[in-house]
Amino acid sequence: MKKPVDLNAAYQPKDFAFRDMEKVKEIISRYPQGKQRSATMPLLDLAQRQVGEDGAQAKPPYGGWIPRAAMDKIAEIVDVPPVKVYEVATFYSMYNLEPVGKYLVQMCTTTPCMLCGSGDVVKTCESHLGIHTGETTRDGMFTLMEVECLGACVNAPMVQINDDYFEDLTPESMKQILSDLKEGREVSVGPQNGRVASMSESGTTTLVEQADRLGIKKAG
Amino acid sequence: MLADKDRIFTNIYGWEPFSLDAAKKRGDWDNTKDILAKGRDAIIAEMKASGLRGRGGAGFPTGMKWSFMPKESDGRPHYLVINADESEPGTCKDRDILRHEPHKLLEGALIAGFAMGAHRAYIYMRGEFCNEGSTINRAIREAYDAGLLGKNAAGSGWDFDVVLHRGAGAYICGEETALIESIEGKKGQPRNKPPFPAGAGLYACPTTVNNVETIAVAPSILRRGGAWFAGLGKDEKNTGTKLFCISGHVNNRCNVEEEMGIPLKDLIEKHAGGVRGGWDNLLAIIPGGSSTPLLPKHICDTVTMDFDSLRAVQSGLGTAGVIVMDKSTDIVGAIARLSHFYMHESCGQCTPCREGTGWLYRIMQRMAVGNATLDEIDMLLDLTKEIEGHTICAHGDASAWPIQGLFRHFRPEVEKRIMEYRKEAA
Repeated sequence: MKKPVDLNAAYQPKDFAFRDMEKVKEIISRYPQGKQRSATMPLLDLAQRQVGEDGAQAKPPYGGWIPRAAMDKIAEIVDVPPVKVYEVATFYSMYNLEPVGKYLVQMCTTTPCMLCGSGDVVKTCESHLGIHTGETTRDGMFTLMEVECLGACVNAPMVQINDDYFEDLTPESMKQILSDLKEGREVSVGPQNGRVASMSESGTTTLVEQADRLGIKKAG
Repeated sequence: MLADKDRIFTNIYGWEPFSLDAAKKRGDWDNTKDILAKGRDAIIAEMKASGLRGRGGAGFPTGMKWSFMPKESDGRPHYLVINADESEPGTCKDRDILRHEPHKLLEGALIAGFAMGAHRAYIYMRGEFCNEGSTINRAIREAYDAGLLGKNAAGSGWDFDVVLHRGAGAYICGEETALIESIEGKKGQPRNKPPFPAGAGLYACPTTVNNVETIAVAPSILRRGGAWFAGLGKDEKNTGTKLFCISGHVNNRCNVEEEMGIPLKDLIEKHAGGVRGGWDNLLAIIPGGSSTPLLPKHICDTVTMDFDSLRAVQSGLGTAGVIVMDKSTDIVGAIARLSHFYMHESCGQCTPCREGTGWLYRIMQRMAVGNATLDEIDMLLDLTKEIEGHTICAHGDASAWPIQGLFRHFRPEVEKRIMEYRKEAA
């Protein structure tokens, strides 16, 4: 369950307008005529991304979140009472209903990651950024969040930062990623230990002929 | 061990591009028109002959599921919905299909859609898979541009559209009716059945929901024949190949395609480099994603990885997400963490699950440190029975099973912790 939020808080902007109305139309066209309510989720996502784009340029920066005004706008567009949109926005964990940092660090701590040291990754993030899980750094750069299984279990431990997965982490590589993001340096997404996707680190155990042809490392 | 020539997912690790050109070289979209020309009944018969059982966890025979769709439309459109909401802890196989083999999925969607009279498929993908979503969207565009989707898809005379719908972080949307609610723009809360989706699903129209892996293997089955697929595996009820995800305390965590019914020990030793510290350092394994009860080492020594063998040892194949735990594991803590997961992901609709999962987690948290009494163990097990079978969907059951599995095999460990805690307190 998500924690309750105050949709009337002082930080809530009064108005919201979608910048890209063509995109809004395209989203509605994905669903049958009269079923525009189906567009609720993609429109919430679009709103969150638009706020995030503005936030990336702001000083101090902030990340994507969904103001109540955006939910009201979406309710108008898909023609449902506003509460139907609030209901959806408060149900799904990926919709941020209050401001977050420019980089939202979602640390997976469910059992497969836990067995592989996600606890150390959490501690590293907290001590490196000087905040607790659930908090945002003062400079608006990072928010730390603990989340449930992100579906990259064979590359545990892992975190998701905004849209990207960072996998096969160690406390050192985690620290490096946070420093690089803060300084605006390039980061490489995916496995941090040089692994190829979900293939065994010691080399492939299958598809031998192809591996030879493509020069892929084989196990053993 | 499965021979390389029998592998379906030849680009599972993404060694080559996912693009249409590369996928065609791997054999995808090869005369799809001819497969469709065989007709609906022949396709479903072939799927039945293959013995394929759904790869999303429940293991329902796929050909039979497809045959439940009405033969003639009563005016309502039919829908195929592909469940790509992969969120079962320990499972990360569909992600590899989405990002490295998207054309297998799209071709499978056309074939399955045709076989059930659907002109449209929705792929419901978990929202966190942003990059995988971009890949799927690019693959969809490639397929439209090449005439493989859209009007007269692949020259078959059948019109077929595929639309990606992204979720937003709710495990429960992997349940088929919650998923349908979610596409309709609502909270993901499961529906009562009946009516089943084949009668009234998405927008109250006939709908079939299939897992990504189920749909993605269909083209290979129809090209190579149901008999080929049925010839692989353990027996006539557990056929074919399966993607396994091996996580936790092994030397080399990986995803791998293997034959259904491979011995669990072989799977781990041949592909994952063995258990950390050797096989004798094994404590327990969760064989099929977090919802399946764990198995202690002595069962892991001999059990094979298929639906019926795992059911016979009171567990299940589930999604084939194999979570390995060696002797250093705090086994009670590991299961307590799963209880937290089920509490967090309960949709809140049914009281036994909404309230019960919270109780389970709070008691499990105390059990993990021994801060409990011995008679609370039976109370906890009673509680799991009060939840199991008393909810609209299987989320309640799934929250109960890991705990029941723990006490079935590790009750003395919990009792020891309780006694030690009480001794220290006194």
